[in-house]
Amino acid sequence: MSYGAGGVDPTLLLMGAVLLSALSGLPLLFKPLSPAAAQRLNVFLIILATVVGLSGAISSLLSGSSTSYIVALSLPFGPHILALDPLSALFVIPILLVACSCSIYSLGYWPADQHPRTIRKISIFFGLLVAALLWVLIARSAGLFLIGWEIMALAAYFVLTTNDDEAEVRTAGSLYMICTHTGTLALFGLFSLLAAQTGSFLLPQAARLDGTAPFATTVLLLGLLGFGLKAGIMPLHIWLPSAHANAPSHISAIMSGVILKIGIYGLIRTLSFFTTIPLWWGITILALGVISGVIGVAFAIGQHDLKRLLAYHSIENIGIIYIGIGVALIGAANGSKLLILLGMGGALLHVINHALFKALLFLGAGSIIHAIGTREIDRMGGLLRRMPWTAFFFLIGAVAICGLPPLNGFVSELLIYLGLFNGALQGNGAAAVALAAPFLALVGGLAVACFVKVLGVVFLGTAGQPLAADAHEPGWPMLLPMGLLALLCLLIGLAPLALAPLLEAAVSWHPLLQQESLSLTTTAPLGWLTLMGLALLGLLLLLTAFYLSRLRSSSCTTDATWGCGYPAPTPRMQYSASSFADGLVGLLAPLLRPYGHRPVLPQQELAPASSRFSSHVPEVVLDLWLLPLLRRLEQYSSFLRQLQHGQLHLYLLYIFATLFILMVWALW
Amino acid sequence: MVVNIVIHILLALMMPPLLIGVINRTKALMAGRRGAPLLQPYFELARLWRKGSVFSRTTSWLFRAGPLVALAATLLAASLVPFGGHNPPVAFVGDLVLFAYLFALARFFTTLAALDTGSSFEGMGAAREVTFGCLTEPVLFLVLVALARESGSLSLNGLLSHASGEMWPYGAAALLLMVGALFILLLAENCRIPFDDPTTHLELTMIHEVMVLDHSGPAFGLILYGAALKLFVLGALVLHVALPFGIGEGLLGWLAFCVGMLLLSVAVGLVESVMARLRLLQVPRLLVAAAALAAFALLLTVR
Repeated sequence: MSYGAGGVDPTLLLMGAVLLSALSGLPLLFKPLSPAAAQRLNVFLIILATVVGLSGAISSLLSGSSTSYIVALSLPFGPHILALDPLSALFVIPILLVACSCSIYSLGYWPADQHPRTIRKISIFFGLLVAALLWVLIARSAGLFLIGWEIMALAAYFVLTTNDDEAEVRTAGSLYMICTHTGTLALFGLFSLLAAQTGSFLLPQAARLDGTAPFATTVLLLGLLGFGLKAGIMPLHIWLPSAHANAPSHISAIMSGVILKIGIYGLIRTLSFFTTIPLWWGITILALGVISGVIGVAFAIGQHDLKRLLAYHSIENIGIIYIGIGVALIGAANGSKLLILLGMGGALLHVINHALFKALLFLGAGSIIHAIGTREIDRMGGLLRRMPWTAFFFLIGAVAICGLPPLNGFVSELLIYLGLFNGALQGNGAAAVALAAPFLALVGGLAVACFVKVLGVVFLGTAGQPLAADAHEPGWPMLLPMGLLALLCLLIGLAPLALAPLLEAAVSWHPLLQQESLSLTTTAPLGWLTLMGLALLGLLLLLTAFYLSRLRSSSCTTDATWGCGYPAPTPRMQYSASSFADGLVGLLAPLLRPYGHRPVLPQQELAPASSRFSSHVPEVVLDLWLLPLLRRLEQYSSFLRQLQHGQLHLYLLYIFATLFILMVWALW
Repeated sequence: MVVNIVIHILLALMMPPLLIGVINRTKALMAGRRGAPLLQPYFELARLWRKGSVFSRTTSWLFRAGPLVALAATLLAASLVPFGGHNPPVAFVGDLVLFAYLFALARFFTTLAALDTGSSFEGMGAAREVTFGCLTEPVLFLVLVALARESGSLSLNGLLSHASGEMWPYGAAALLLMVGALFILLLAENCRIPFDDPTTHLELTMIHEVMVLDHSGPAFGLILYGAALKLFVLGALVLHVALPFGIGEGLLGWLAFCVGMLLLSVAVGLVESVMARLRLLQVPRLLVAAAALAAFALLLTVR
């Protein structure tokens, strides 16, 4: 057996990466090291973990071979196995790329000498978070999986609540905690059910279980709940907007870019256990994806908080990934290899792509917030002149997330579209997937509207507020990771062929794909995309040269913007985020339930008194449905409070009574 | 083969302004005027190209890049559509998605250039453009899915050559619905009456014209040319679905295609002459109606 990276086993490399990132926070605990030096060492360790882990993941994807390791500890629910397969390895790539970028970014965004109180907490838990993410991917037994899952959830809680002196942050943290533990509860049920079926807590091999068995339905529903809560699929997304908005920006980047994807990984892994999958599984997941995509982006349009807006776009993109998974499942139900390859390949590529461009956008948002100290879009404006590089990278991220050619978002959406269209060509029940294509187009159109709004109001026009007028470009530690992510977005968009073998390896677990080799390079026009991307850039260069030469030889004057005859325009007259979105929010009002204050101009007075205007889009699922429901539930169940009186000896009595009853039950 | 590609490129580059000339001439004749010469749009482009430029102090490089990106995207889209019975220069499986998304790319940069001026008028235009764009894109995809289902092909060339000819005898109902949807789409995407009035000077009621208020000289010329090209490309799409017979190949085929395009522009001119512009609030309703037509067409093909 030969391994790509210096003959070292990929699983061992991954374990090395886990160890390195888990220990990356340690330097900050050493007194003799200055905090700044310790932070640099911390970042260095994360970079090292990235190099080690990525080489392991890529060699596993290319060679497909890796060793399984049995953890010889006397933990309950054994045996415990760590292993790396191509599906896990594919998820390692975005995790480490984003973690590395965020870590470098923190040198400029969260420097040790400016945050002496929080730097230890944020760095140590960041390292643990990355380690736990990788751990979940290589865990092959329920026990190890759940240990990693919980470390990940708790570490994420602590980095998310770094600014825990703010009430808003604490609320967001608690909400996140409640949701993640509800999810974990579902996972306990899922793994117990699986163990009851297979007789072992080891995760089953691919396609070993029967999808038509009654327990399979329960497993699917528990998986949809447990992993859906982590992925933030609508309507389980309630924790996501406030958590992403209130975390420090590089933490938002890793949460949105990577932690949500662990939910996707869990779902795909769970689905991989089953064979003979019923058609309704695929249709359910496809429908969830469509709902999440359309409603997620619709809510994004109504937001005024830059990071909340980006958070809603994560919900949209998770929806797009679900659509891909749904296509693959429908293909599996109909025995169509083409749909499986295109759907799953598109979903997995979108996992990588979304990690890259969403991290880029959150880091860009972080630079803006770092420069002007607010998340309110309407208080920004004209930042392109002040922060040209941040603006350029943010623009790249925006084009990519809208799925526009020639960047990476287009490639993964094209694969999913091809899956949908190919489904339409097949007669047998798969034709229903055709209906998802117009919805995906709607999502694309709404995303364009939303990002035109963001770019226009944040970066273009003139600065409306003195804050924005004093903004400055951040230093290289913040620009470098953004530039790197933007470059990756462009490279994947222009040369998707390079990723094709990795994607094919990552879907090769599917039994239908193992029988007959079907290649992404022949089923999707990946080579054409390179050609068309280059043609587009070439045409653009040609036109630019043509236009610039014409400009140089003709007269150019500068003047004020044409105000249609009005001589004294002020920056306050510019279109704001609310006014830009007003038309769409109005069209979507039954869904978004906007509220606010609209001034009524009196008819008689010549000079009306000053008035005010406000508009808000609430988190409908949480604020209008769930919280009222929970309040009602609390009213009716308050008598149960008597059980919780704070007296320790009585609590011990409860435990004893429970154990006694269980013992009697067991002996019966 | 090579000759056809050269003719395709030359037609895409040279013919679009003529369509605008024909539309304007039709409107003039309907209104009882003699009207401008058919080649007037070419004269105007030449005049704008010779002129100097005025740039707003507020604008940045994005303002200058907007028209260039939009034109580059539209030119690339023009290479994907078959003109008449001839194969387009570029055709591959999945090019229909690229075709739709190239227009979205053009929209993205046109609206950004409008917002770069900081003018609230252009903000209004941009907001309307993206709002209506959200409604037109699903219509296009509904039609594309329906055509793909009927033709069994996933490239625009296969789709459209099947639609004009083979499909009419058995799929006339679906095709008629699609023609209706696509014609509404053509008018909306190119900002013609009843969606937008390309000749109005009332900034508050316009969409496309108000977005380009601040562009001048050569850049404005590129925008006008790009708009004509978009009309030409989408018009070719409509023509293929609308014609109940295949357009032949060879010289006669090219001639037939050109005549068809001119007739299509006369139709657009007639619609503009007999209709008034819709109130902005009613525009979404008409677009949703187009989506309904396309959805019915899809239903007829899926059954």
